[in-house]
Amino acid sequence: MSMPGAGLTARLAPAAVQAARSESPWLRWALCGVTFAFLGLFLVLPLVTVFVEAFSKGTEWYWNALIDPVTIASIKLTLLIAAVSVPLNTVCGLAAAWAITKFQFRGKSILITLIDLPFSVSPVIAGLVFVLLFGLQGWFGPWLRDHDIKIIFAVPGIVLATVFVTFPFVARELIPLMQDQGMGDEEAARVLGASGWQTFWRVTLPNIKWALLYGVLLCNARAMGEFGAVAVVSGHIRGLTTTMPLHIEILYNEYNLAAAFAVASLLALLAMVTLAAMTVLEWRAAQSRDLPAETD
Amino acid sequence: MNRGHLIAGLALLAGTTAQAQSIMLLNVSYDPTRELYTQYNKAFGAHWEKTTGQKITFQQSHGGSGGQARAVIDGLEADVVTLALAYDVDAIAAKGLIATDWINRLPQNSAPYTSTILFLVRKGNPKKVKDWDDLVRKDVKVITPNPKTSGGARWNYLAAWAYGLKKFNGDEAKTAAFVGDILKNVPVLDSGARGSTMTFAERGIGDVLLAWENEAFLAFDEFGKDKFEIVAPSLSILAEPNVAVVDKNVDKKGSRKVAEEYLKYLYSDEAQDIIGKNHYRPRDPKAAAKYKASFANVTLITIDDVFGGWQKAQKIHFAEGGTFDKIYKPGN
Repeated sequence: MSMPGAGLTARLAPAAVQAARSESPWLRWALCGVTFAFLGLFLVLPLVTVFVEAFSKGTEWYWNALIDPVTIASIKLTLLIAAVSVPLNTVCGLAAAWAITKFQFRGKSILITLIDLPFSVSPVIAGLVFVLLFGLQGWFGPWLRDHDIKIIFAVPGIVLATVFVTFPFVARELIPLMQDQGMGDEEAARVLGASGWQTFWRVTLPNIKWALLYGVLLCNARAMGEFGAVAVVSGHIRGLTTTMPLHIEILYNEYNLAAAFAVASLLALLAMVTLAAMTVLEWRAAQSRDLPAETD
Repeated sequence: MNRGHLIAGLALLAGTTAQAQSIMLLNVSYDPTRELYTQYNKAFGAHWEKTTGQKITFQQSHGGSGGQARAVIDGLEADVVTLALAYDVDAIAAKGLIATDWINRLPQNSAPYTSTILFLVRKGNPKKVKDWDDLVRKDVKVITPNPKTSGGARWNYLAAWAYGLKKFNGDEAKTAAFVGDILKNVPVLDSGARGSTMTFAERGIGDVLLAWENEAFLAFDEFGKDKFEIVAPSLSILAEPNVAVVDKNVDKKGSRKVAEEYLKYLYSDEAQDIIGKNHYRPRDPKAAAKYKASFANVTLITIDDVFGGWQKAQKIHFAEGGTFDKIYKPGN
């Protein structure tokens, strides 16, 4: 009784799949249309406006806006902040992901929640925390002043705020992947006589390298673009503690729209380079996943 | 990344600010003075170099006056503060960073220039805004910053209050209701005066901007006279933006001499002319006469006469639970 029925479904199956795939092309079309219209309206159009506005006074003017000493200082500061906070968060994020996925210990779930904290806390609060800690009226403020150490309203404070805000990116990228991979490869390596470092460099790192790079790029993008937390601890001293996002706001508030957009376009360009790098990485990662699948 | 910068950053960490030849001077100021101090710094830099041979590297920080005072209190190492009103300097003095008698250290309440509050409306004055009475009309949207963070906003509020007192013969309850009705017409409270100007001029929100006189004229200069009109109300307030050396900071950095001269030179002929050019009212009679025609002719009351000084005004109106908190209800 069941055989003819099963045969029927088996015979019908390819047709049904075909039907499911080709069903209501208008729906597919509509969904694509909505998506592209939305992206165009809310992402591409504003981005185009930035560049149009930036070049509104001509390329020479654009160039002059970028080589203004205060602008150069803000670009250098932004790169410095990224250069300090991204490596720091890469190492710490890797360590956290490693600890969480490869070991069993008490308080693990608390640690995972803590890693997510910077995502859930408003950047303004992240900034204020450091003011409360290191500000002159804060816990360590008077001691720091007596010892002539500047934290907030100086570069170290901006680094701290940026590190706080960008901490989760690397760890968050790595944890699901490392959980998926489990301990099998590492255990095999140890059994075959590899040392801890050898296991890390030869086994673990190659397994996670694409996710790690992806996390690093995300972290970098946010480190360069962070506004809220940095605004609180910066003190807005022109050319000294103003990062690119802060400098853009200052220029805008000084009726210097074209210059504001010129710097904004540069920041947008940095973001787009990051995006392009990520796309390439995803493609490479997909390839490296497919390769072993084919040899199986 | 950049090695020199990294070293500079580390030097900052260690607190050894390298200052061999040039002196650093940080002026923490309020929102609308950006253009004024850009020009003044050039003039003072030249003056100082001529008399002492030293070059000065100026550092400027701008924002809402109250917020800037807060930053100095929290450790922003300003050599001088040039804020929108006495109370904000007092707030820094209350934490021991500035001597409490600061207001008497320079002439005229340590305010080298004055200003007032005017209305900026759209060209042709489509809503026919003439005086404070028009601001309570249901069809008029008013733009003013937040008095909790902005000095200009506090002057705006007190000017409206002074007008109310005059209109209702000193009846406080009616005045409070009047100012409350104006605040009902405010769609957005920015944190500083410049933010409000941008909301009104660049983003096109509101019918009338309560603005510093200099800010209103600057909007004129920047956006063209064909976009806006300035309306002088029948009564406004004499605003005295004060300046002070931050004693604790200059003594620590060893910059007292240059900081004191920086503020004193604001009273010089050269500086007073720059002040007039930037639409602030000069103290010097000569400069005042020269720029007289460019200022609105308004009856000005003072904070001391009507409100008994800033300490009292701040306590009654802007402290937690003061009249502003009582009459301002956001979102209606």
